[in-house]
Amino acid sequence: MTDASMQPSGTPPPPAEDVHDLRPPRNQWWDVWDQFKTHKGALAGMIVFISILLFVTAGPWIWAVDPGLIDIRSRNQGSSWAHPMGTDQLGRDILARMMYGGRVSVAVGLVAMLLGLLLGTLIGVLAGYFKPMDGPLMRLTDLFLALPLLPLLLILVTLFRDTLEGMFGQATGVFLLIVFAIAITSWMQTARIVRGDVLALKEREFVLAARSIGTPSRRINTRHILPNVMSPIMVSATLGIATAIITESALSFLGLGFPPDFPTWGRILYDGRDWIEQYPARVVWPGVFISLTVLSVNYIGDGLRDALDPRIRGR
Amino acid sequence: MLNYTLRRLAFAVPTVLVISLIVFLMLDMAPGDPTASLPLTIPPEVREQMRLALGLGDPVLVRYVKWLHMMVVVEPSHMIANATGWNIGVEGPRILSWQTRSPVGDIIVQRMPQTLWVVGLGYLFGILIAVPIGVISAYRQYSWFDQAGTFVSMVGFSVPTFFTGVVFILIFSVWLGWFPSMYDTTHQVRDWDSFVFQVRQIAMPVAVLALFNASQISRFMRASMLDNLNQDYVRTARAKGLREKTVVLVHVLRNSMIPVVTVIAIGIPTVFTGAIITEQIFRVNGLGDALIRAIYVSDWPMVQTITFIFAILIVLFNLIADVLYGILDPRIRYD
Repeated sequence: MTDASMQPSGTPPPPAEDVHDLRPPRNQWWDVWDQFKTHKGALAGMIVFISILLFVTAGPWIWAVDPGLIDIRSRNQGSSWAHPMGTDQLGRDILARMMYGGRVSVAVGLVAMLLGLLLGTLIGVLAGYFKPMDGPLMRLTDLFLALPLLPLLLILVTLFRDTLEGMFGQATGVFLLIVFAIAITSWMQTARIVRGDVLALKEREFVLAARSIGTPSRRINTRHILPNVMSPIMVSATLGIATAIITESALSFLGLGFPPDFPTWGRILYDGRDWIEQYPARVVWPGVFISLTVLSVNYIGDGLRDALDPRIRGR
Repeated sequence: MLNYTLRRLAFAVPTVLVISLIVFLMLDMAPGDPTASLPLTIPPEVREQMRLALGLGDPVLVRYVKWLHMMVVVEPSHMIANATGWNIGVEGPRILSWQTRSPVGDIIVQRMPQTLWVVGLGYLFGILIAVPIGVISAYRQYSWFDQAGTFVSMVGFSVPTFFTGVVFILIFSVWLGWFPSMYDTTHQVRDWDSFVFQVRQIAMPVAVLALFNASQISRFMRASMLDNLNQDYVRTARAKGLREKTVVLVHVLRNSMIPVVTVIAIGIPTVFTGAIITEQIFRVNGLGDALIRAIYVSDWPMVQTITFIFAILIVLFNLIADVLYGILDPRIRYD
């Protein structure tokens, strides 16, 4: 992603008062942000998503309780000032576990999305720009699209878990494995969209102009083509986060994700399921957090799609 | 059209073969060994002979071809033989599950009906809910119904099924006690009471799947209706004095259904794989449950076979979707 793509989420737009005839040239991302603001759901989604990010990153500093601390005397407690979300069957504080678990879940979502996006964009650009590679790469994409993804993910995780745990240690090994597994099973849509856009873009005059002054292919791609396919990439990025978070939780929920002493939202939900009759809150908290994250990300994606569509923008 | 179908079919077969080869090679690297669970008192020579007897001594490609032969010739012939009573079962070794030592095909035949019922009903109800919601949402765009419908479908689409399932169990079986939280697969429908019990136990898994599918399909339905409602032919239909009901339900709906039908067809295999999770929540012992259990105990022949079935489903329904699109939409010409 370029620096420009980060702007909509950062600083506020310039004040609307300084409207004079010769306005300084305006970065297109301000227009995108103006359109994005009008989508209430997207704005709400962004606020929720930022709050969740704060909850998982800054939360553990404010609520400095060790998520793994076993205090068997205060087990199975309900909400109280000492434990706002209660404690589990080993007396571990659920709020602290939710914060640390969220770190892992959100980190998996973001890293897997970035990897998948990188792979998808690379393959899309290669297939779209370089004619001889188009056929083989698109057949590869079709092949991957025909793979039964969830069973394959389960197999990948079971097969390579021990090897990777041995190489990188338990937590890092599983993290890498899950991130890679999600990334290599989720790049296909991005690749297809990017290829389609690149195919159309490379026939445009500005690319011809760039080529005629002797710009090498590599630079045509990075300077002229990639910035123009940024919009679909960003939309699929938001969808990618949502899918990755759901996939990680689903793996944990099936007992094939992170190890038990290593909380993630999916894992907390899975562990809480055995206690659902006595302590339903233990299942509801992680579920609500997963759902809220995915919902907010999906709304952001919706808003971005509208904001990045120049036909809708400005209406 | 036929030409196109045949061409696609010719491409589908190698795709399935490559996928099965990938899965086969992956599982071949797995550390699991069918003789690992045998007593340690068995001498190594005997153990080696047992491995050879199980066919593990051959090179990997030979084993793959043997497996493929069993998968596409032997197992289907036995399935047909069992279903019809004809004596056409091809002689030869069958794919044996390492955990039960019985043919994988038989287990799959046992497991299939539960999955088909739950997944099929879930998908069917999903479509039945989604189409009217999509139509009304699009017809009354930006009305309160549309706002509510869009929000609900966004939520249904974002909340993962393992959470909806758990919430359903919490509300309907723990608090209200209306439905059993676990699916009893040994239950047989004999009379009215047992039928009612069957309906009650299948209600929740079906509802979870139906909600998820409905929220996805209704989004497509709404978008597709919106695309068509502003077309010229709609104005023409209104101008020649057709009733509004005819215009929307006959002219617009039929045209809007074209992309939706293909989306529905493409979605069927995903629903099968997605049902793995739903089956786990409600302990339905279907195909997905068999897969998960096989993965837990490293029963690779079982995993291999079920993954192969899923791959065939995906390739087949992608093909069906493309062909359907060509049949339904006369503007599409493949040849």
